[in-house]
Amino acid sequence: MASLELCGINYIYNKGTPYETYALKDINLKLGGGITGIIGHTGSGKSTLVQLLNGLLRPTEGKLLLDDEDIWEKKTDRLREARFKVGLVMQYPEYQLFASTVYEDIAFGPRNMGLSDEEIKERVYAAAKFSMLSPEVMTRSPFELSGGQKRRVALAGIIAMNPKFLVLDEPAAGLDPGGRCGILEGICNFSQKSGASVIIVSHSMEDMAAYCDRVIAMASGKIVMDGSRSEVYGRADELIGIGLDVPQVTRIASALAERGIDIGRDVYTVGYAADMICSAANIQSSDKTN
Amino acid sequence: MDNIIEVKNLNYTYEGYGDMPPVKALKDVSFNIERGSFTVILGHNGSGKSTLASVMCMLSEVDSGEVIIDGRCVTDESMTDEDIMDMRRRVGMVFQNPDNQLVATIVEEDVAFGCENLGMPSDEIRRRVDAALETVGMTKYARHAAHKLSGGQKQRVAIAGVIAMKREIIIFDESTAMLDPMGRREVLDTIERLNKEDSITVVLITHHMEEAARADRIIVMNGGEVLCTGTPNEVFGDPERMWAAGLDVPQSTELLYKLKKAGFDVRIDIFDPYECAREIDHAMRRMRLGGETGGKS
Repeated sequence: MASLELCGINYIYNKGTPYETYALKDINLKLGGGITGIIGHTGSGKSTLVQLLNGLLRPTEGKLLLDDEDIWEKKTDRLREARFKVGLVMQYPEYQLFASTVYEDIAFGPRNMGLSDEEIKERVYAAAKFSMLSPEVMTRSPFELSGGQKRRVALAGIIAMNPKFLVLDEPAAGLDPGGRCGILEGICNFSQKSGASVIIVSHSMEDMAAYCDRVIAMASGKIVMDGSRSEVYGRADELIGIGLDVPQVTRIASALAERGIDIGRDVYTVGYAADMICSAANIQSSDKTN
Repeated sequence: MDNIIEVKNLNYTYEGYGDMPPVKALKDVSFNIERGSFTVILGHNGSGKSTLASVMCMLSEVDSGEVIIDGRCVTDESMTDEDIMDMRRRVGMVFQNPDNQLVATIVEEDVAFGCENLGMPSDEIRRRVDAALETVGMTKYARHAAHKLSGGQKQRVAIAGVIAMKREIIIFDESTAMLDPMGRREVLDTIERLNKEDSITVVLITHHMEEAARADRIIVMNGGEVLCTGTPNEVFGDPERMWAAGLDVPQSTELLYKLKKAGFDVRIDIFDPYECAREIDHAMRRMRLGGETGGKS
């Protein structure tokens, strides 16, 4: 499996001026496998981190290793490789669509990789399938589509490059619940079938709770939590302390615990909460009858 | 009932172009908005929410039907351009993207922009801008560069610009969608304060069900039609109808609904985590008592 490793990374804006600020401070992180969520409030350094991952930004200090090789090493072509291996879907990517047809838009990346027309076609249709775009839309102008469809075209454009890492900044923001679900399912599907690692940056604690295996929380340019989702969501009070929210159902679980009904601290999906409450009810009623 | 906005049998069609057929965005839409109320419009993407907003702001002409603002029918053919301009001054709008609606480089200049265009004397503008910044809690940032603010702060500046023009009705078209949880809270608190303290009629379009739960009334749009209207309790009290329309309900409601299906005796129209926990706690107590009496008999 491909690996992406950040070693002792500092990123400083306006270095050497009175406005010098650390956007990232001493980041050590190894990414690879499954779906990783990065959470943190605005200004916590998430977007800077994401832009480092495919070499859009160069770390002020430290190294970014892609498959154990520094992408900023001068003599090699690592940087170009990083751009292909690490696919970045920016915020509101639908504003970056530009081609006259959906097909051409998705084909742009693979074409730049120098693939043959046959291969490009194959990639485009496979990517469209992952993004749940029907073949009929391929000949249409991307600008005629709905917001959710446009977002999926933009996602397909990155998937078509077959990245080893798919990095997404707020992939579901601004979509309705149906559209949100569609795009996130598409991402999961791609990750499972292709074995690519996915990194999602989002404010939506509900979405992160539902889809991520691992969750990293950032605050003031540092990593403050890194663990499985139940480990991270189990620390609800700390998350709220760093300006984040927890899913409403997690708050309900805390409120239940205060009332003596303990269904655990690591409750983050409604289905799980309902199951836990049901079993708590059964246990308590059977305790009484015994 | 004192309605500040009345919408009657509204129809709106987007013309087709190329080989695209025309799209009926609004189909026979009718509803009322009470003066001084806080109304939320919900609906999936493409359900007609934004079209409705632009019609209420008099930015789009309708095919048929009426929009009556404060007793005046703004869709009437006898309305002159001047009449329309006059009516537009009563309705303000705040959009989704914080970066697309600030026009000046300095915060207070941005807030003053609308008033300047209305040709107000400068001391009046000064007064209004100061008051508006105070209302949204941005006084400290009056001389700051607008582009360096956070998303939530930018939205509050945009709101201040609308308040400075003294709009009686403000329509927020997904104004919280691009913000982080903290920014969303800031903006929503500001919106609620405008509604409660300054009696501004608020219409908020959103995808966040927790925000909708704070409104006086909810209008749910589905495929260009009004699916239902009512208080949050009434609207979220029927989760299946919401799910069928591609929408969600607050997690508290979803949880209580699941528990109810599993045999719990609970209400489902509860949106506060603490109240939700209390409802579950009480239901469990009742179940235990029921179990005991059942065992004895």
